[in-house]
Amino acid sequence: MDFDVPKERFAGKIREVVIGATKEKGGTRGSSIVVGGSDGFPFHRFESQMPHMPVVVMDVVDTPRLVPETLLGSMGSFVKEPVEWAKKCENEWKADALLLRLASANPEEENRSVEECESLFKEVLKSVSLPMLVYGCGSEEKDAKLMEAVSNAGKGERLFLGLAEEKAFKSLAAASMANGHGIVAFSNLDINLAKQMNILLLDFGVKPENIIIDPLMAALGMGLEYSYSVVERLRQGALSGDPVLQMPIICDSSCAWNVPDILEEDPKKGDILQRGILWEAITAYGAIVAGADLVIMRHPDAVALFRQTLNELTGGG
Amino acid sequence: MPTAMEIYKLLPRKNCGECKFPTCLAFAMQLANQKVALEACPYVTPEAKAILEESGAPPVKLVTFGWSGSPAKIGDETQLFRHDKTFYHPTVLGVIADDSEGLEKMKAKMQDAKATYYERVGQIIRVDSVAVRHSKGSPEDFIEGAKYASTLIVPVVLMTEDPKLMSEAAGACAQARPLLYRATQENFDAMVQVAKASGFPLVVGGADDMGKLAELADKAKKAGVSDIVLEPKGSSAGRMLEQMTIIRRAAIKKKFRPLGYPTIAVLGSSKEDKMKAALGVMKYCSVVLMDQMPPEFVYPLMTLRQNIFTDPQVPIQVKAGLYSVGEPGPKSPVLLTTNFSLTYFTVRADIEKSKIPVWLLVVNTDGQSVMTAFAAGKLTPESVAALIESEKVKEKSTRNEIVIPGMITRMSGKLNELTDMKVVVGPRESSGLPKMLKSIAA
Ligand code: B12
Ligand code: SF4
Repeated sequence: MDFDVPKERFAGKIREVVIGATKEKGGTRGSSIVVGGSDGFPFHRFESQMPHMPVVVMDVVDTPRLVPETLLGSMGSFVKEPVEWAKKCENEWKADALLLRLASANPEEENRSVEECESLFKEVLKSVSLPMLVYGCGSEEKDAKLMEAVSNAGKGERLFLGLAEEKAFKSLAAASMANGHGIVAFSNLDINLAKQMNILLLDFGVKPENIIIDPLMAALGMGLEYSYSVVERLRQGALSGDPVLQMPIICDSSCAWNVPDILEEDPKKGDILQRGILWEAITAYGAIVAGADLVIMRHPDAVALFRQTLNELTGGG
Repeated sequence: MPTAMEIYKLLPRKNCGECKFPTCLAFAMQLANQKVALEACPYVTPEAKAILEESGAPPVKLVTFGWSGSPAKIGDETQLFRHDKTFYHPTVLGVIADDSEGLEKMKAKMQDAKATYYERVGQIIRVDSVAVRHSKGSPEDFIEGAKYASTLIVPVVLMTEDPKLMSEAAGACAQARPLLYRATQENFDAMVQVAKASGFPLVVGGADDMGKLAELADKAKKAGVSDIVLEPKGSSAGRMLEQMTIIRRAAIKKKFRPLGYPTIAVLGSSKEDKMKAALGVMKYCSVVLMDQMPPEFVYPLMTLRQNIFTDPQVPIQVKAGLYSVGEPGPKSPVLLTTNFSLTYFTVRADIEKSKIPVWLLVVNTDGQSVMTAFAAGKLTPESVAALIESEKVKEKSTRNEIVIPGMITRMSGKLNELTDMKVVVGPRESSGLPKMLKSIAA
């Protein structure tokens, strides 16, 4: 039977964004990665180009306070040692990039000083050669100083700094622009807010090739469907030609480890760790099927499982 | 649906009024709006009727299988993206009992599958279906397996490519109205006959490309099988995503009838297959059958299904009001939360862990979580105070005290002012509630 495969072509395409700078480009990273570049829906290779596969950013948290018990044991004691943790991400688990979360700077928690955080950042930067993202602690005032310090200490590395929010982005944007870094633009599960955030950054002077969108990934069982749809709509908006939405999208799947469903021992629901690993991997899967270009992940086994799937999505057969 | 004019052209144009409308055109307009049934006109020709039924049919046919009381419903989807409206019929998940495992194992597996169900955010989620497959085992075990399956009152899939054996198995579990898997180029005519004779839905598959698959489906339809399920060929996740997309798109955007049917994917039990099942749930698979569904996998998979198939306009929610957890009395504490199912059931489960009876006051926030509702102005001291009044909270609990979620500390002052109740700020996460409740109760 004659059957014409119904194909869709689009006016727009996702911008290519480079993370990390090698020696030639003025940094010290072993390699840089390129994300974005698609001119169609994710993995629709029968009708579109997807020059760069989604990448896995593994996160390192500078305080075990934010790492659930279930994970602490299963990942290893080094989780209390951010530098060791970062090395594992690079050497054993083959992350594509590293995210350092300087959460302990938070004045309402550990309130670690800017100097201490900065020196941890330098230490991590020295110990791994992966392209890096660095997030502050979420306190506007503290982050202003902290991210300025990080930006200076990482001059030339083409870091991506986060998170820029509608009400607090200027100091972060300034820090990122000062040394040629990029910025992660956060918004709250709403395509208009995502757009608004990008417009604010662009107006402030940030170049579009220096922006990545974080539309907030809700974990499996915690509103994943909202994120799934927002990411799909962002992608549609970008493809239909809206230049303000054509930045790559990053989704944080490590949030899966906070979901009550996986923290709860219940033999009816099977082995708790395996359930958690699938929980994170499926959360990340939802993100890339909807259109994410980067996923942030935490557990090495979830990363391995996810990678297998990614290979299979892009392989033949 | 065709337009009123298109319909009008096919009507007898007698304007006799027997349809209770003055003219054929008036009737056509009502038909186009789906307000009346074509049967109201006694004079439509069978040809016109056939044309109208065909063009008015949904882009993806609804197929049902299983017991008439609780059948599996698949297909009848109208969207490519859930945000455009919603996905209607959640992927049916089934476990395969293969006759190479022997009859006892098959039975045990089917029992396990039937027993696999959970309650999550107020909904029951379960392994919906069992499939009985003939591979290397004995045909007798296969038939016995099919018989056994038919006693479980769950939708059944029969899997063999041998039409004779299929016919026998279908007869053995006829009340279960099984889905027959499958007709291929090799066994096509005979298998189609089995489906036609029994009236059971039939999977069509094994074709090398999409054109061939469409051709087979079309042939089956012309041979008199109307309930068809498509199985595109392909092994990798990438192929699966592409083919499922092409089928759905051809059906919905092009109204290409030969592919306007629900779909099936049969998977093994490897890690890759688990992730493929998740992909199937997201990308248009109506039925996913697997060799194994261990609980640590099936629970997240079903949660994914629940998420993807939630109506984007209506979050899953519970009724507002004053609920009792345990058997609370006048001395029991009152706790406040929202009517978003996820929130309500999370909080309720945590309260139950404490074993302390509690009054749980559930505010209508249109199904939004605590912070979302608070940020959107749907959880205000005023709305809480009004509910306290209308639910007569102060009569039920004489403590004159209300515990609010830790995330909305900011409403304490105003709430106290409006209600005169002491406002106690609880933990931010309800997982902290057992500890807190114990200290309150002490
Ligand atoms: C999914 C989601 C949405 C969905 C809605 C989901 C829904 N049905 O509610 C959508 C996309 C619609 C949405 C919209 C918005 N959202 Co929203 N959303 C989320 C998200 C990702 C998850 C919320 C959730 O489901 N949580 C799970 C439930 C179970 O949590 P919960 O109700 O809070 O319950 C917990 C606790 O509160 C506590 N608890 C609950 N009851 C009780 C009772 C007692 C007695 C105690 C002690 C404890 C307790 O225990 C529970 C379990 O831990 C959160 C971020 C996050 N990761 O949390 C943001 C979040 C809640 N959203 C936020 C915002 C700002 C919004 C918007 C205003 C933004 C916008 N896009 O315009 C809109 C408002 C919508 C509107 N205008 O109507 C903010 C709130 C910020 C703030 N501090 O006020 C958050 C925190 C994101 C953020 N970090 O910025 N959102
Ligand atoms: S009954 Fe049929 S023929 Fe008569 S007016 Fe109605 S539509 Fe026309």
